[in-house]
Amino acid sequence: MAGDNVWVLGAHMTKFGRHDDKDVLDLAAIASLAALADGGVTIQDMDVIGAGSLFNAASGIGQQIQKQIGQTGIPVFNVVNACATGATAVRAVYLSIKAGEADMGLAVGVEQMGKMGLLGMGAGGSGKTEYVPSGRDGRVMPTEGLLGTFSMPGVFAQAGMQYLYENDDVDVEHFYKISEKNHAHSTLNPLSQYQKRFSLDEIKAAPMISFPNTMPMCSPNTDGAAAVVLISEERLRSMPKEVQRRAVKISASVLQTDPWVESGAALPDVNTCTRNAAKKAYEIAGVDPQDLDLVELHDCFATAELLHYDNLGLCEPGGAGKFLDEHGPYRDGKIPVNVSGGLESKGHPIAATGVAGVYEITTHLRGEAGDRQIEGAKVGLTHVIGLGSTCGIHILEKASL
Amino acid sequence: MAAQVPLVSYLVLDGAGPYLSAHVCTACGARSLERRNACPKCGSAAGFDKARLADTGVVTSFTIVQRAAPGVKAPFISATIALDGGGAVTANVVDTEPDPEHVTLGMPVTLTTFVVGTADDGAEAVAFGYAPI
Repeated sequence: MAGDNVWVLGAHMTKFGRHDDKDVLDLAAIASLAALADGGVTIQDMDVIGAGSLFNAASGIGQQIQKQIGQTGIPVFNVVNACATGATAVRAVYLSIKAGEADMGLAVGVEQMGKMGLLGMGAGGSGKTEYVPSGRDGRVMPTEGLLGTFSMPGVFAQAGMQYLYENDDVDVEHFYKISEKNHAHSTLNPLSQYQKRFSLDEIKAAPMISFPNTMPMCSPNTDGAAAVVLISEERLRSMPKEVQRRAVKISASVLQTDPWVESGAALPDVNTCTRNAAKKAYEIAGVDPQDLDLVELHDCFATAELLHYDNLGLCEPGGAGKFLDEHGPYRDGKIPVNVSGGLESKGHPIAATGVAGVYEITTHLRGEAGDRQIEGAKVGLTHVIGLGSTCGIHILEKASL
Repeated sequence: MAAQVPLVSYLVLDGAGPYLSAHVCTACGARSLERRNACPKCGSAAGFDKARLADTGVVTSFTIVQRAAPGVKAPFISATIALDGGGAVTANVVDTEPDPEHVTLGMPVTLTTFVVGTADDGAEAVAFGYAPI
């Protein structure tokens, strides 16, 4: 029924890490089949697929996945939106159900990154023997390292430093604390790529990648997949009681891009799109940030997490440092953030990340998160940022039909 | 003297150069360094005027890149500069040590240029950066 509520029926993520014995389709198929089984349904029940894999964006990844799990002829939306690809896949399925064209759909994100190295690093230097302007800025050679950096650790380091410039009572020590927190959280999550606790001193002394981000403050390259099955509320009513009981309501699904700001062309703006998406999501869900029992936000680098305490309204404006100092985002704090270990520990298989956020929140709301369970969690938010920029936010709630 | 070409087209070297030149939307006044088809702020396709940006500004954000791609010399300081009178740009901070003691948030800087390569025909590519004042 058009306009009907949409629920998460099934969810699964593979362990994130290295899967050298599998290919990208194995990972996607494992997550997809397990999400279907988790919801008590099969591919025959699906009306639509949303699929994403950033590094296989031109390959028709959704159709390739169908050839592993069932070619039923249903529409596939292959989506790409940088690190918001997974959230976009979820939202494509959500919209299909919301529009009344589908009763059930599968969203899957997958990535196999192996050891790709640092992302966003175009080669620089002066290999050219002839200077011919090209591109929108008329460059005559690659500009990486000559006109600042567009490497991911560097861009997000600068985003974090901008917050320090604009706010008082916050300094680089806060970035180290965030990394310490997330790695501590990861020790409870068996699906995390790394489950190793680091002391503050170890984090500070680790190899510097791009000041102030040291190695443990950067998300690693990761293989992994995550999938969710979404269902309309009307269709959910016809499902068995034990299936209904585990279903989780999507109270808001929002995607926003970055509106124009003067500095946006100089430094990608990950703040305004997050603020706008959060405002919209809270309005749609009728939820206040203070109602949130847990948040999974996009800590691709430790410097990024701090910004989003503020952007998502978890703290007072300008109060991200204080929120951290007062223990707010720790798993026993006021609004636990990244109890999965965050991307810094859990790993960041780009297109899988947004779907894995929905998996994580769903698992807590079901009370099935094992050692890392946030007891009694009823409302959770998951957030991703794709540079360029896109913000995806989903608010999930434990509710009964 | 060898011919000089700017690393990017918004760096003006001739005449009163060096300076940075922005495309200014005739409808709303928004500045863009890169070429645009219409204004990214207001959507107007009425066109752009050119305006010289200030040579001075302050560092509003920076990082010190230690680990860079092959062929990129590290360490270097990447910074976003809020220019006096408006406009923002990302470039290297130069003529200082690449450590957090020598580059700070809010630090005033000024435009400088330097040669970053020579083509077979002898033309020199000139980049810009910012030096502490």
